[in-house]
Order: sequence, then structure tokens, then C-alpha cells
Amino acid sequence: MIDHLKILLHQGKQYIPDVTKAIISDTFRGRPVISNLQVDEQQLIDLCPTGAISNMPFSIDLGKCIFCGQCAFACPEKIKFSNDYKMATNDRNGLIIKEGEDQPILIHADLIRKEISTYFKGSLKLRQVCAGGDNSCELELNAASNVNFDMSRFGIEFVASPRHADGIVITGPVTKNMAASLKLCYEAIPEPKIIILAGTDAISGGMFTYSDAINRSFLDLYPIDLYIPGNPVHPLSFINGLLELIRKR
Amino acid sequence: MWLFRIYQNNMENFITLKNNQTIPLQDIPVLAYPEFLELNISFVKEDANHCVNYYGFPVLDTIKLICCIADDVKQKIYVSSSVIKKDRQEPITSFTARKLCFHLFERELHENFAIPYYDHPWLKPVRYPIDRPNQENTIANYPFYQIHSEELHEVGVGPIHAGIIEPGHFRFICNGEQILHLEIQLGYQHRGIENLFISSKKILQRNILAESIAGDNVVGHTTAFVQLWESLIGFRPDNKLVYERTLALELERLAMHTGDLSAVCTDIAYQLGGAVFGRLRTPIINFMQHWCGNRLSKGLIRVGESNFPFTMALANELTQVLDAYEPDFMEMYKEMKSLPTVLARLEKTGVITQKQAHRVGLVGMAARASGLSRDLRSSHPFGLYPGVLHEPVIKNHGDVSSRIQIRKEEIIQSIIYIREWLKNIPEQEKQPTVLPMPTANTFTISLVEGWRGEICHCAVTDLNGDILHYKIKDPSFHNWLAIALSVRNNEISDFPICNKSFNLSYSGHDL
Repeated sequence: MIDHLKILLHQGKQYIPDVTKAIISDTFRGRPVISNLQVDEQQLIDLCPTGAISNMPFSIDLGKCIFCGQCAFACPEKIKFSNDYKMATNDRNGLIIKEGEDQPILIHADLIRKEISTYFKGSLKLRQVCAGGDNSCELELNAASNVNFDMSRFGIEFVASPRHADGIVITGPVTKNMAASLKLCYEAIPEPKIIILAGTDAISGGMFTYSDAINRSFLDLYPIDLYIPGNPVHPLSFINGLLELIRKR
Repeated sequence: MWLFRIYQNNMENFITLKNNQTIPLQDIPVLAYPEFLELNISFVKEDANHCVNYYGFPVLDTIKLICCIADDVKQKIYVSSSVIKKDRQEPITSFTARKLCFHLFERELHENFAIPYYDHPWLKPVRYPIDRPNQENTIANYPFYQIHSEELHEVGVGPIHAGIIEPGHFRFICNGEQILHLEIQLGYQHRGIENLFISSKKILQRNILAESIAGDNVVGHTTAFVQLWESLIGFRPDNKLVYERTLALELERLAMHTGDLSAVCTDIAYQLGGAVFGRLRTPIINFMQHWCGNRLSKGLIRVGESNFPFTMALANELTQVLDAYEPDFMEMYKEMKSLPTVLARLEKTGVITQKQAHRVGLVGMAARASGLSRDLRSSHPFGLYPGVLHEPVIKNHGDVSSRIQIRKEEIIQSIIYIREWLKNIPEQEKQPTVLPMPTANTFTISLVEGWRGEICHCAVTDLNGDILHYKIKDPSFHNWLAIALSVRNNEISDFPICNKSFNLSYSGHDL
């Protein structure tokens, strides 16, 4: 008992006091900022491994970007990945970052379904389904509940049964072999319910977009309430995205 | 007498390679199937040898089989091959009937190419790949093994589990609380990643695919890929690149082992251990984020170059991280191991005997916990390991407790290595250059000891030097059967800690 108290004392306070204002390392690749500089755009388009870069206007789609940062290394004057981890939005087009824009990515209050703030403002229980995720997003979602990020202080928790859940968090590109189970799990959640796509693989398929082993048809059936990019999604991106979603009216 | 003759003809029967060596494909001797079988069976009869990869790929109207046996004492890999006609109707003799360690390799061959075996004990589908010949077998209609009895009952778990983990189905047959049998069904994570290695033509794409094989073992798989690719194109990485990769590999081991200790504590409801080990992982992965912008090291390892050179400033920061980590870790570990309630859950739970480990061909940390000295860092050294004369940590009980102790001792070992390496950071010698194309018609093998165990990547190039076939083997491929065996006669409530003590990869297995 005494030893346990000693350990508690030595550990001290480990939680991040304010997760909405935490500053993380400069090297973290978060929301990119693209300058208006004229460069060989085609070279950057060809470089991108997932086809996230396009031109007219020159832009990066964070729903496709896997944050390898290779474009920023090739042309640092044009593209810089900032350490802004607040990348969640409920507007798929909001993930497209255009040149000359340096604005935070927003969650639009008018696009949030009314029942979300009515029912989930103080408490949100989520069922996570990994459908081809490589276990990186899964590790980070677990980390969101650890003593450092401590997501449950906001009433947001992962639960074991879909019957206890208010929504589903999907990671991975959705494999054919997992498609049926994903649908079953979603259908088992009582109404009203939300869908969150966590990580680039879930949002667009990422590196697996053109694989024959993927079946994303489930995602066409229902509205998506939140897109959280990342490879993997950072716990702070996840927590901040959820807080914005349930607290905004 | 016949066996003896094969030994005599050894020189022509197989080719001997070192780790990360590239050879012309035609240099691998092609044997008649019976001879191929006898040769490889005779290899694995030696305790020093084990099979690191056995797979096939289509060539015209045949399937070419390649078998790679690692000799852990002589630090060599024996590679031999054979061909079998596609759509062969007449069954062939299996390796598995003679040596169980081949069982999953042959199940995979059967699933991918419909190779018929007449004496394979269990041709259960492996992962239901998208291009399997038998499309009537689906992941949903698999008939699980059943025992009809009024005393027994079945428990089905998954594919979606209680926590945030990857999908897989576990079917238990229990007598009361006791597990008689566990059958594991995988394949839900199948993303067709081996095919993507062929169809994705950019080297950066392949590099990133390697990072996505198993997101908890990014450094391990990506190191295997870059070593393989650099060998294929004849590029010798400078000391700095080798240094960074090996350092990252040990940091990944440190972080994942710590996280696993946290998970086991959580599973036995020892909250303090769960919280403290969980938070001790954070500074390590945050250091990775500071080094390369990603907590799980994605983006760090690239073929022929590095975007994140390791600096003196990073070394100082890492030293501080380790200085803070060590006393906290030791304090927590010592406390945990002093609690009878914790030890009672860990000791003699989920036992894999040395004999079992040897039979099923266990690798990595799980093998070492059962008394098998399988560690590529000493047996097929790569990276900085030839310089450290690595001594594998071995435990002999093969229970959950042994797999916990191994993690703790490997953490200490990793910290010693890292501290030693931090004293001397090599200078960058080579500037990034345009990399050549791989040589045509070659075969390459790369072995890396990740935190989980043995990672093996093999590639074959075509006439134009492009990838003809890419084969990935995660250590989990060998080890999943061990989980099923370890839980027999244990209480079903002990399944979570047995599972967590192995912590195998679903995506690495399903590919």
C-alpha cells in the first residue's frame, strides 16, 4: 500500500491540463499551409503517393493525404506541414486545403444534426470498429483514453457493446472480409447514432483505395458526422474533433 | 540411405545466402518435388534450423515454390525451389505431415493456388484473399470445428472485440469455465497488400505500404523493405542510415513492450500498473514524434535516404527521456512483481512448452519465453547488431509470466544498446542520389527482428527489373497457433492475458 502511494507520488499529475490548447512538437505533420509561390506543380502531383495533390487551384486533400510529408521535403517553399492537430471537420470538402489559405479547419455548426448536441453534449459513448486498419489508429484511439489524454473526463468513452453506444468510430479502409460485420455492428446501435471516420484510410481508403480487397459501399449509405484525418489520427485531433462536434450548437 | 545421398549432393540442391543478399533467380536450384521435400525436412530436423519462409508464385502454367531455411548457428539461409503444375489434380505429399512447422505455409499454398495435398492434417483457409481460386469458401460460411456433447458449450468472440483492437474470430469449446479447444479465424483485415506492392509502381508508394503492413511494427517492416530494396538495387546505405534504423527499431521495441505490460496489467484489473506503464510509453513515442513527426515512426525510414537526420540535440533529448523512464519503470515493475495477486494470474498461465514451441515453429519473443533461442539480432545480424554481439534473453517456463519477464529484460537491454549508440552518432557520408532500378530476374530475402519477432520479406524481379512477386511474412504468421494451444485447459477468463502476452498482429497476418 505504502509502495503504491509512493508510485502515485512519483508519477504526479500526468494529464494534459487543457487538451484544446496543448502545443505539440514542431516536427509533427498536421494541417498543411500552401503558399502562392509558382512552382512545378505537376512534379508535386506526380510525387504524391495517394493522389492527394491536385491543381487549379493547387490543393491537398487531407482525406487522401497520408502525411508522409514528401511534398514538403521536395518543395519546402510551397508546402509546409504545421503542427496544428485540429483537423477534424464535418464537411468532406473542408479537408481540401487550397494554396494561399492559412485558416483553421472548422466544424460547421449548421451541418451538425440537431440530435447530436441535444443528446450527446454531456456524454458520448462510442463503439470502435477496425475494418482493415493497420493497428496504428487503434493504438492512438486507445491512447486517447490513457492517463495523459484522459478523454473520459469529457464524458467521452469507448464501450464494448454497440447496444451501449451512441455512435461508431471506423478505422481502416473497410475490407471486403469485414464489410458485413461493420454493417451489423452499426445496425445494432440504437438511434440516434453518429458515424466518425478516424484516419485517412477510413476517410478515403488511403494507400488501399485501388485494392480489390476493399469494399467501401457501407459508407455511401449513411451520412458521415465527422472526418478526422491522420496517419494515424493523433489523440489530440480525435479529442478536439469530438469536443467541437458535441458542444457546438 | 536415400537421405544420406541427399546430404552428399547438398551443393547442388540448394543455394546458401546471407541475410539481405540478392542472387539471380536461376541460381536457386530447382528440384523435383519429392527431393525438395526431403531436403527441407532434413534441414528442419536440425535444431539450429527453422523455416523462415515457404511460399509460391505463378510462373506461366506452373507454381514455383521457394523454401528458405535459416541456420541460426552458421548465420546462413538455405534456399531451394521446385515447380508444380497449375491446376494439378493429383494430390502431393505435404511437408506438414512430417514437420508441423510448415502447416501454415502449406495452408497458404493450398488457399492461394489450390495445390492439393493428400496428407496435410488441416487445410483450413488462412485469410480468404481476394484472388483465391475457391471463391465458394467465404469468411462467413467457414465450418468451425465442433464437438457434440451435452457437457460442452461453445463461446464465439469477434470479429469485433470488446476493446479497440483489430478484428479476428475466436471460437472456444469449453467444459464449464475450462477451455478445451480454441479455433482462431483470421482474414478480416485482408487488404491485398502483397498485390499492391506489385501494382504500385512508385518506390515511395511501396515504402509507405511497408509502413502500413502492421502499424504497431512500422520500423520493423519498413526496415525489412528498405534493406531488401537496397540489396536489389545494389545500394550500400551509409553508417548514418544504418544507425538511425537500428536505433528506431530498439525504440519501437521499448515502446511496444512497455505498452504490452500496461495492457496485461489492465487485463488483470491491476489499474496502477496499467496506468503507469501506459503513460511510460508516451514519452518514448512522443520522442519519435519529435524526431520524425509521427508517434509511430511513419515517415522515418526511406530507401537510400533519411528526411530526419539524427542529431546531437535529439541524442541529448533521448538521454533525458531514458533517464526519466528507467527509475519509474523499475519502480513499477518491482512493485508489480511483488504482488501475489498479480503473480497468481501470470504464473503457469498460458504455457507453451519448449517442445510445443519447436514443433509449431514459434519465433521472436514468444519463442524465447519458451526456451528457444530465436533472435535474428544474433543469428542473422543486420544493422548495428554485428557490432553489439547481441545475447538473446531466454526464459524457460513459457507462461504469461515468462513473456512478461522477457519484455522487461529486453527493455533494459534495449536501453543499454541505445545509450551506447548515443555516445557516437555517425556523420552522414552519402548524399541522396538517384537510385538505380533493381536488377532483372533476381531473388532477395531480408530478415529483421522486430519487437514481436522475425519479419521476412522476399522479392522476385521480372525481365525488366520490376517486382514480379513480393512476399511478406510477419512473425504472427508462425505464432497464432501458439495462442490456440496455450489456452487449452486454462480458464476462459485467462484468455485475454494469454492473448495479450503474445500480442500478435492481425493485419500483419492477413496482409
